[in-house]
Amino acid sequence: MLDAAFFVRWMTAAAAVLDREADRLTELDSPIGDADHGRNMQRGFAAVVTALEAEPPATPGAVLIAAGRQLISSVGGASGPLYGTLLRRAGKALGEAPQVAAEELRSGLAAGVDAVGQLGGSAPGDATMLDALVPGVTEMSTSFAAAAEAAEQGAQATVPMQARKGRASYLGERSIGHQDPGATSSALLFAALAEVAQ
Amino acid sequence: MKMLINVAETVVADALRGMAAAHPELVVDAENRVIVRRDAPVEGKVALVSGGGSGHEPLHGGFVGPGMLDAACPGEVFTSPVPDQVVRAAAAVDSGNGVLFIVKNYTGDVLNFQMAAELAEDEGVQVASVLVNDDVAVTDSTFTAGRRGTGATLFVEKIAGAAADEGMPLERVEALARQVVASSRSFGVALSACTTPAKGSPTFDLPDGELELGVGIHGEPGRERRAMMTSREIADFTVDAILEDLDPRLPVLVLVNGMGSTPLLELYGFNAEVRRVLDERGVAVARTLVGNYVTSLDMAGCSVTLCQVDGELLRLWDAPVQTPGLRWGR
Repeated sequence: MLDAAFFVRWMTAAAAVLDREADRLTELDSPIGDADHGRNMQRGFAAVVTALEAEPPATPGAVLIAAGRQLISSVGGASGPLYGTLLRRAGKALGEAPQVAAEELRSGLAAGVDAVGQLGGSAPGDATMLDALVPGVTEMSTSFAAAAEAAEQGAQATVPMQARKGRASYLGERSIGHQDPGATSSALLFAALAEVAQ
Repeated sequence: MKMLINVAETVVADALRGMAAAHPELVVDAENRVIVRRDAPVEGKVALVSGGGSGHEPLHGGFVGPGMLDAACPGEVFTSPVPDQVVRAAAAVDSGNGVLFIVKNYTGDVLNFQMAAELAEDEGVQVASVLVNDDVAVTDSTFTAGRRGTGATLFVEKIAGAAADEGMPLERVEALARQVVASSRSFGVALSACTTPAKGSPTFDLPDGELELGVGIHGEPGRERRAMMTSREIADFTVDAILEDLDPRLPVLVLVNGMGSTPLLELYGFNAEVRRVLDERGVAVARTLVGNYVTSLDMAGCSVTLCQVDGELLRLWDAPVQTPGLRWGR
């Protein structure tokens, strides 16, 4: 079973990996977007860690809701509302249980992923974060490590896709051949989850 | 790449402190990133709030003042503001007559303003939103996020600002803003990429002798790359691209906008060519504005925006305005 401390460790690990990978995410964003995804995510998750340390929530659901709210308040761009919604909806789905099973986390995240699709008006295949989130959540029923692997492969699978949502979509066919930065940062969230679950 | 900055992290905050020092008629909250006209809320008046990423100056902070915006929310460089900023701005300027959000059609701006509208309404502020999407370089389709909002934002902010100044109710100000959006089209070209402070090198590679057609205002490449063209050829291309999507039987407002590092000498020369094409196509020009208004950091290049105007829109365009970036008639 996973408790609130586990979820805080997950968010802390996510902040660390986004900090390490900020330059790479910005490089990915540069040819198709506006070269700021890495820095925005780095800033947002640093704010999440600060907030969680200042006022540690008591339940897994409360951790994710607080993290999501912080992302909406600090990231900006499309990533803020989309990642914020992902975590808030997942947190709400977890309810007030002091501990949750891995399967409950999977179904909670699935609810968050649905909300992201609705908010962004996007679907898998549009070269967005959904292309990592959907396979990642699906594979969570196997293991967190399998989820991380599937999300990473999902991010890589955006390379030949034409972006249909967000700023990269304005490039039309010229967006083909680039890995989506949002899908890449989504895969990093699963990597952080697999890391803390070990 | 050399820049007149301290560190990338404080670029926006530093600019806001400098803006506050230059413009005592504005209240600049550098911490919360909200720029408000000092006399807000103005009694009896619909309030206008706009915002978006920084790096497009004078848009939007430079358009706060009598006759235009009541407040602006600058985000990080090329990143939309967060909902907290927008809610704070709306609360500061609402006089009880409602607030109009002017939003450029970029996913981040749309999502953050949408969340802000919900939060502001929870606090009892009546909110209407208008989405600016004037860029013909982006083919409108159900598979993309739609056309980008670029130069027409200035027309919307000025004309809706004048309508609000005259005491028109929220529904009417919103309707006029929508009319401006529907009547406006833009096209942009880049002669160089821009450099964001965070990255420190050009956002894309554009060799000498080539230009990008159909760029937006965020340092992203355009739809197509060609060998460098003359000012005359660029004017033919851009105006024709706009006229394919706009049928201006009415006279037009013309905005020849610099992207940040193209000198006025070139922009005025380009405007001469724009006027020539419009004359050749039989399009009457009512007013022309040439300068750097909706910029993209240090990008070289320009955009053209045309807005068809009837008598009322033209009257509102001519109405007095007093902001750091646009000022006439008072």
